[in-house]
Amino acid sequence: MSKPRELNKRTLVASPYAVWVLAFTVLPLIVILQYAMTDAAGHLTFRHLFEVFSPIHVKAALFSLEIAAGCTVFCILLAYPMVIAMRHLGMKQRGFSLFIIILPMWMNFILRILAWQMILSNNGILNFLLGKIGIGPLQIANTPAAIMIGVVYDYLPYMILPIYTAIMEINEDLIEAAKDLGAGSFTVFRRVIFPLSIPGLLSGIVMVFVPSMTSFVVSDILGGGKLQLIGNVIEQEFTTGNDWHAGSGLSVSLMVFVLIGMAFTSVSKTEGKESVIW
Amino acid sequence: MIGKMKRAALVGVCVLLAAAMTGCGKKSGPAAELTVVNYGEYLDPDLLEQFEEETGIKVHYEEALTPEEMYTKYKSGAIEYDLVCSADYMMKKLIEEGELVQIDRSKLTYGSNIGDKYWKFSEAFDPGNKYTVPYFWGTLGILYDTTKVHGPVDSWDVLFNGEYAGEIVMQNSVRDSFMVALKYLGYSLNTDNEDEIREAQQLLIAQKPDVQAYLVDEARDEVVAGNATMAIVYSGEAYLGHEYNSDLAYVVPKEGSNVWLDSWGVTKHCDNMDAAMQFLDFLCREDVAMTNFEYIYYSTPNEAVIAALSEEEQADETLVPSDDATVNCEVCTQTDEAVTELMNELWKELKAE
Repeated sequence: MSKPRELNKRTLVASPYAVWVLAFTVLPLIVILQYAMTDAAGHLTFRHLFEVFSPIHVKAALFSLEIAAGCTVFCILLAYPMVIAMRHLGMKQRGFSLFIIILPMWMNFILRILAWQMILSNNGILNFLLGKIGIGPLQIANTPAAIMIGVVYDYLPYMILPIYTAIMEINEDLIEAAKDLGAGSFTVFRRVIFPLSIPGLLSGIVMVFVPSMTSFVVSDILGGGKLQLIGNVIEQEFTTGNDWHAGSGLSVSLMVFVLIGMAFTSVSKTEGKESVIW
Repeated sequence: MIGKMKRAALVGVCVLLAAAMTGCGKKSGPAAELTVVNYGEYLDPDLLEQFEEETGIKVHYEEALTPEEMYTKYKSGAIEYDLVCSADYMMKKLIEEGELVQIDRSKLTYGSNIGDKYWKFSEAFDPGNKYTVPYFWGTLGILYDTTKVHGPVDSWDVLFNGEYAGEIVMQNSVRDSFMVALKYLGYSLNTDNEDEIREAQQLLIAQKPDVQAYLVDEARDEVVAGNATMAIVYSGEAYLGHEYNSDLAYVVPKEGSNVWLDSWGVTKHCDNMDAAMQFLDFLCREDVAMTNFEYIYYSTPNEAVIAALSEEEQADETLVPSDDATVNCEVCTQTDEAVTELMNELWKELKAE
């Protein structure tokens, strides 16, 4: 009779998690769903779920998609060389370089974005330095480029860490073997390192693409309120517009799109090795 | 058996959580407590301590960034507020919805410190001054860098004629931006005429390429830092901007603008009117109002405080706006749902351009 006892213990250990998920994930989701499917008078309506297809919202959603896709690509392009360089470091330096990547995350996110605002503004640090070497001044603040810099900066660690975990796990012997068989370093990367890092890459994509798609703080601060992501539209519905129903409707439809996207990645994930988040 | 235990544990933790979460909002015990909501940085925190020491009434202080956010917080009912401080039109909305209770002004020992002029301003949204007590007021105008402008700045025209393309910071607020455009076009800022509102939107859309950014609190800082030549700001912000950078000047354009008045009101949820009145009276008291004025530097309706200011300060338009500056100005009293919705929709369109 040891089986039920074990189960019992396991349930007990899992209960804080269950409560957490119930109180802070499931319950809020139900509330949002309820708002999304009712109007101000409390009657059932599906109007808000389809509001995402109005021209203004489509435009904002496409711009978000553009930012999120661009951010993901830049993060991938930056993450691979960094991780491969880290692989060649000794144990101690490797730990240190990982520490450096995580370090900024200990500081408040909004403060870091405000710092970027200072750097990129017309009279900012960047234009001051560019002026010294006779370039500029560049108009970066309040443009899509500024938003892109902000999201790439913010989400890069979430791309590096899973790829790092995946690549560090690759057995050195595999790479040696490839080299012995005459593969150059690019072929080694293309045929050995990259395929084995795909589970990490997929985790990275999910963790970068989804939040950068729905962010609104970065575009608010670095976009100067001139550029509108779908996240900004939703935020405005909740704060200044005071229309929680429309805001919830947009959130739900956005969530559906993200879930569809996730379903694709998880299908390709199950084919390979189980992915690692950290 | 296992299921039962699991459920019991779940229920237990839920109850604990619920108790912990509601506990902080509710009044408990015999000591008097007040829950107030105000804008951020809109009351010297030392004064709250002083109030608690003097009266023994504990104040729970909540903040909201904008009147709309305050309204959303208030209406969500998560916390029952006893006192609210907000903008003119929002107080009107709360009065119309029956959320505020009448205040007996005669019971305020220091109520007479508030000048008649300001009670009159209040009448625009609170006829008979039954529900609200004026707190701070000011105008909306242009803060500009005198070293960077060519020609006089005395009209909203500078924002729309393209002369300062890329150097303008607008307010990231539906109302304030529409207000500017409507006044420039010669309409009332309280208009409910759809054509006039749409015309204002067209003007703002045409202006958008010239706008560097739409900001709220940072609008002033951008001009101070020299990133922008001019910004639409509230008069109090302009005073602080001038403190940081003496090249800056502030003007209320001749077409007129918005004169705004933030006031306190007691909500229907308040079950300790006596404590609420003590709080309002405290804020009207000369020494308290002075300390608060020196913390916020918006224009005060407290004439005892104005009388105690230096001559130079009294002559400063950003601190004590003259009757000349406010002659064409209007108090915003627009609370019509349809108009608000239209403006929100048009604003979203503008932002999507």
